[in-house]
This record gives sequence, C-alpha cells and structure tokens, in this order.
Amino acid sequence: MNKAANGKIEIVNAGKIYDPAGIHVVAVENCSFNLEAGQFVSVVGPSGCGKSTLLNTIAGFDTITSGEILMDGELLASPEIQTPPGPDRVVVFQGGALFPWKTVSENIIYGPVIQKNMERPEAEKMAISLLNRVGLTKVETKYPSELSSGVQRRVEILRALINQPKIMMLDEPFRALDAVAKSVMHNFLLELFDENPRTMFFITHDLDEAIYLSDLVVVMTTRPAKVKKIIKIDLPRPRRLDVIKTEIYRNIKADLLSIVHEEALKAFKAGEREMA
Amino acid sequence: MTRIKNLAAAPTFYAALAGMILFFSSWYFLTETLTLPRFKNIPDPLSVVTEWSAIHPKYGVSLFTKPYYVDILYSIIRTYAAFAGAVVFGVSLGIVMGWSRILHNYTFPLVEIFRPMPPLSWIPLAVLVLPGIELPVVFVTFIAAFFATVLNTLLGVQSINRDYFLAAKCLGAKPRDILFHVVIPGSLPFIFTGLQIAMGIAWMSIVAGEIIAGQRGLGYYIYEAAALFQYEQVIMYMFTLGFLGYVSSVAIRYVGNLLMAWEEAKRKAR
Amino acid sequence: MSQTSVSAAPPIHPAAVAVKTRGALYQLTERKALPGAISIIGFLIAWQLSITWELPYLSNIPYPKDVWDSLYESVLKSSYWNDWKMSLIRVFVGFTVGQVVGIPLGLAMGASKTIKALCFPVFEMLRPIPPIAWIPLSILFWPTEELSIYFLTFIGAFFVIVLNVMQGVSSIDLSVKRAAISLGASRKDIFFKIMIPGSLPSIVTGMTVGIGVTWNVLIAAEMIAGHGGLGRGTWEAYTNGNLPLILVGMVSIGFAGYITSSLVRVIGEKAMPWRRKF
Repeated sequence: MNKAANGKIEIVNAGKIYDPAGIHVVAVENCSFNLEAGQFVSVVGPSGCGKSTLLNTIAGFDTITSGEILMDGELLASPEIQTPPGPDRVVVFQGGALFPWKTVSENIIYGPVIQKNMERPEAEKMAISLLNRVGLTKVETKYPSELSSGVQRRVEILRALINQPKIMMLDEPFRALDAVAKSVMHNFLLELFDENPRTMFFITHDLDEAIYLSDLVVVMTTRPAKVKKIIKIDLPRPRRLDVIKTEIYRNIKADLLSIVHEEALKAFKAGEREMA
Repeated sequence: MTRIKNLAAAPTFYAALAGMILFFSSWYFLTETLTLPRFKNIPDPLSVVTEWSAIHPKYGVSLFTKPYYVDILYSIIRTYAAFAGAVVFGVSLGIVMGWSRILHNYTFPLVEIFRPMPPLSWIPLAVLVLPGIELPVVFVTFIAAFFATVLNTLLGVQSINRDYFLAAKCLGAKPRDILFHVVIPGSLPFIFTGLQIAMGIAWMSIVAGEIIAGQRGLGYYIYEAAALFQYEQVIMYMFTLGFLGYVSSVAIRYVGNLLMAWEEAKRKAR
Repeated sequence: MSQTSVSAAPPIHPAAVAVKTRGALYQLTERKALPGAISIIGFLIAWQLSITWELPYLSNIPYPKDVWDSLYESVLKSSYWNDWKMSLIRVFVGFTVGQVVGIPLGLAMGASKTIKALCFPVFEMLRPIPPIAWIPLSILFWPTEELSIYFLTFIGAFFVIVLNVMQGVSSIDLSVKRAAISLGASRKDIFFKIMIPGSLPSIVTGMTVGIGVTWNVLIAAEMIAGHGGLGRGTWEAYTNGNLPLILVGMVSIGFAGYITSSLVRVIGEKAMPWRRKF
C-alpha cells in the first residue's frame, strides 16, 4: 500500500449559495486553502458553518456556486462541473455508514469487489490481514451491530482505506465516542497515517483532536464560512500521546482557543439576533 | 426436551393453560349448561371437537375425510397465488416508487386514490369483468395484499439512511449495485412487516371472495354449512382458517429471519 | 501558495460531469400537484381507451362518463345518502366499541404479565380467524341483522387495537419508568401518566389500521348479510348488472373510508401535541 499517489486538493475562492432565488443562504464564501498531497488537514469551526459543504463537494455529493476545487491539478468542481462520488475520494460518515446487512469482511471488501479490482477470495484475505494488523481478530464474520461503536469506526476506516483513495474525508467521525474510545481511535488513525500518509480532510469540533492529528488546522468563520486562520502544527511525527505535554502544543492550543472563542461569540450573538 | 420442561415449569405456562381452560369451559357453560336464549343455538366446544375428529362425521367433513383437505387446498392455492402476485408486483412497484422521486410523484397520487377503497368492494366488479370463478376471487385477494405490500416497501426504501447510498457511491457502486446492496436489503425489514399484513388481509379476502363468488374452499363451505345449520362445521372451518393464517404468518417470519440474519444479530447484541 | 493565476484552464477530472441544471420542466415535476394531475388524467384516458380499443375483459367496464352520470344521478337520490348514513353508523358503532373494549384490554395485557399470560394465548388463537369468517356465527347469535353487523365491524377493529396497544405499552422506554419511580410515582401514577401517554402513538396507529379493516369487514358483511349501506348498494347494482353504479359504489366507499381515516388521523394528532411537526 504505497500508492499514496498525490491527492493534492486546491480550494480556490469556493462559494456556495443555497436556493439563490429563494431564501438565499450563503453557506460558504470566498474560501481558499490547499491540502498538500499526504497532508493531514483538520477543519474546525462553529457547527452549521459550511465545513461539510466543502467536504461534500470534494466527495461529489454537492456542488459549489462559485470558485473551483482542483485535485492534482485537475478540475474537480466548479459552478459548471461536478465529479460524481468515486473510490478516489472516500468519506467516513459522522453517524457511521457501515452496511448493517453486510458482515465486517463483506463491508471491507465491498469497494474492491464491485469495482472488480480484486477477486472476492483475494479481497477477503486482504480484509482479514488489514483487520489483524490493527489488532481486530475474529470480527470478520460479525455484523456491525455486534461491535462496539469504536470498532465499527475502525472497520469503516479500513473499508475506505482498502480502496487506496487519494483523499480520505472524515466528517466528525469520533463525535459519538467516549473519551477513552476516542483516544484509541486517534492512535489507530495516526498509525495508519504514519505508515502510509495520504491526504486527509478531517472535520471536527474537538481542538485537541485537531492539533494532535493534523499538519494543518483550518479555522472557519461563522456562516458564511470563510477561512479565518490556517495554523501549521509543527509537531514531529510519528506522534505519540506525550506531545500534548509539550510547550509547542500548549501554545498552539491557547492560540487556537482564542481564535475559536472569538468566532463562537460571534455565532452566539448571531443566534441571539435570529431568535429576537 | 429441556425447552418443553422449562416451559412447563414457567408460571406463564400455567396462566396460559388456565386462560385456555377458562375460555373453553365458559364457552361450554354458556352454550350447554346455562342455555341462555342466544347462546343455545351455538354448538358447544365438545361437539365441535367430536365432529372435527370423527371418523364418520355427521356432516361428512372431518380431519379424517378427503373433502376437508380439498377445501383447505383450494383456499391455500388461491391465497398463495394472490399473495405471490402481490409480492412480485407490490415489492417492485414499492422499490421503484421509493427510489425514484419522479416516479414516486407520478404514481403515489394514484395509489392514494385506490388505497382507501376496501379491497372487498372490488368483488362485484371483479366478478362481472373477469372470466370464470377463480380469477375474480384471486384478483380481489391480490388487490388486498398488493396495497399493503407496496406501501410498506415504499416506507422501507424511504427509511434507509441516506448515508448508505452515499457510502456505496463513494466505494464505486453503480445504480445496479445500489439496488441490490443498499435498496433491497435496507428495505427488507419493512417489506416483511408488509408481507405479514398482506398475508392477514389476503386470508380475510379469500373468505369473502369464496363466500360471494367462489366454488369450494373454506370460505365457501363456511357459508354453505351455515345455510344447512351445520354450525359445528362452521366453527371447525373458522379455526382451520385461523390455523392456516397463523401458520402462514409464522412461515413469513421464518423466511424473513433467514434472509435478515443481521436483524437477528442486532436483537441478540442488545 | 503558488501564484500561477489560472491563465491556462486546468484539465478536468476524468469522471467529471456537467452540473445538472434543473430545468423548468424538472421544477414543475418536483411540485407534487402537477405529476399527480398528469397521472390521474392519464389514468382516465387509459380507462377510456381500454374500452374503445376493446381490450380483453377491460372493455366490460363502463366509460368514465357513464360512471360520472351515474354518480350525478345517485347524489340526487335520498336512498344514496341513506346508504352513506347506515354504513357510517355501522362503522362508528363497531369501531368505537372495539376501542372501548380493546384499549383497556391492550393496556392491561401490556402492563401486567399475569393478565397477558392468561389472555394472550386465547387472543392469539382467535385473532388469525379472518373477521369475515365470523359472519355466519354472528348472524346466528345476534337477534337483529344490525347487531350482527356491529359485531363484525367490532371484530375487525378489536384485534388490531389490542395488539397495537399491548406492543405500545411494552415498548415504553424502561428509563422513563425508572425516572418516574425515582421521582416517587406510585403504580397508579405510572399507569396513568406514563403507560397511557406512552402508548398513545400505538393507539393511534392501531386506530388508523383498524378503521381500514373495519370498512373492509363492513363492506363484505353488508354484501353478504345486510340491508342498506354502501356495500349493499354496490351489491344490488351487481345483481342488477348495473356496472356504472357498481363503480359509483366503489368510489363512494373509498371516499367514505378516506374521510373516516383522515378523521382518526386528525384526532390522533390532537391527542399527541408532542408529536406535531413544527
């Protein structure tokens, strides 16, 4: 698995207006930033700010109404063009989207088998070896509902990774997990990333999570979403949990917290205005 | 064996037994002992059972006679033929309606217009328009089962989490893959609920169809026997219909559990 | 950040497609009324054509126009409205008695394991018997025809509501019950403040399903054993070979069924303000 071929994403002046003729909601405005190939980028910002719009457009679920998004120099989305979802850009969903009617191994091999990239037995072998490598044994014949939500998330991430996507997008994937499971998931994700860095687009609310995992944290403003600040995380990789005790980490955290706090206040006031 | 033993040891078993005994003894008491004005016309349970299990029944039909099974067979074939038609057409239409917004918008109003019509109100029209005796009866039963199946299948498709469609597309699924790997398995639980309901309505319609338009079959003979004041046979056939309906619904549940192993796993995990 | 301003247009992702612009036609299709009207008109045209083209069997059906004329005639007759009245009364009585007897029984079976163990087997033995199969016994037992029809519609509504209420009670979240107990609720409080409101959604479901079954049973009962009523009217049209009138009957029955089930739904929404959609 060293096909981390590229996966550079450029978001250029992207904008999204929902229902331009009707209620006219500006979800995203003039948004520009890049995800370098093999970079782990987290996007944080108030909820409902349009982070998901960007992710959905890259994934091919949604469109933008201005600007453009490029992948490896190829136009992926513009007001005229959209690229339907495909295995080069895989999403891990907030609520989890393992097919409940397929076993763990059937879920993992789903992509390669229906794309006819692999024969079923070969894919099954690969699924089991992937599972074993991340310490999951004897789960391949289980149904997702028989697993804890943490294990379900890991399986879903493997289901995405087996396709060798150029970019992986995770939309608040650990939101529903408790603190312990979350920390396990972070290390799981980091190990996979260190082993084979590929572009990651990670949406989260959790600042610690964003700093601990990412190379770059993009802070978005309240709706309409714009880039407020891009913070480079200069922590060495491979990262282990003790980085959070370092001076750099604490500084970044403090910095990030004050920026986010400012936005949160604005969002809160906007909310008050809407209620009034 | 241990299961039977455990059952017998459970207090609910005795309560169930008590309930049954209470029911049958009060039936007996009301019809035989008290002989209240209205009740005395009704045969008591003992005479029903005697007739049912007689080698030489008074009215010619019992567990040991051929006509009994012929009637059962007639009703079963009619019901299952109609039910099979409803499954094929109802499930396909429901899936198409649930999957395509446009087709949904075009077909749903028509379905909504026909749905409130009780299926049994189709009987006169069916008898006059369709040839023969079998076709009208089966058609009415089909209509009854069809609407329950369509609506539940539609609900089933609509109940599927939207992310499953998106996830499948991300993994490279084409519409055909989505149909077989997302839409059909995702709506199966609702489809089977619909089939249970459809089966119930089908048995109800077959009785009405056979009474009104049929020849042979349990429903037909329930009415015939009543006309000849052979009420033991009426009650016998009522319970036979109940039994067949019950067995059919158990069979659907069984098939459902076979097809939906993941639902079973979910129940166990809870 | 590279400042290669987009002078040369970048290549396009191989899988890219043009953004679907939803045209005027599509937007019209999205509105529900238009496709609905189209499909209904299409249905009427198909009906008309299947007779003109003499399709097998379907050509026996009368033209829509004849049905319309027949409907117009019927509406002016008092006997037609009398049929409406009789059917509505029968449905109302059977259905209401079904709820009055069925809801408490369902609640009791859902709330008490003993009562359930006692009654449920008998209930499950009688439930699969199709309500229509009760017709001969009902005629035998009840002194008047009207009472026997009430009884049959009652049977139609009864089993449905009991089953729904029972499942509704047992589906109530255990934590709600525990919360109530920890707040000092008595058994009585739990029954009235939690069991009953908690099972309301299933009561309403049971009533909506039950009203449909009730109509179905009523129509068969009227056809087989009744005097008067919409089902009987349709049946008489059948014995006279008056096809347009049969269709008038079917449409009227469908409409009556629609009105009553809408009524049940409205009552259900009124009874459960917390379920209302905002």
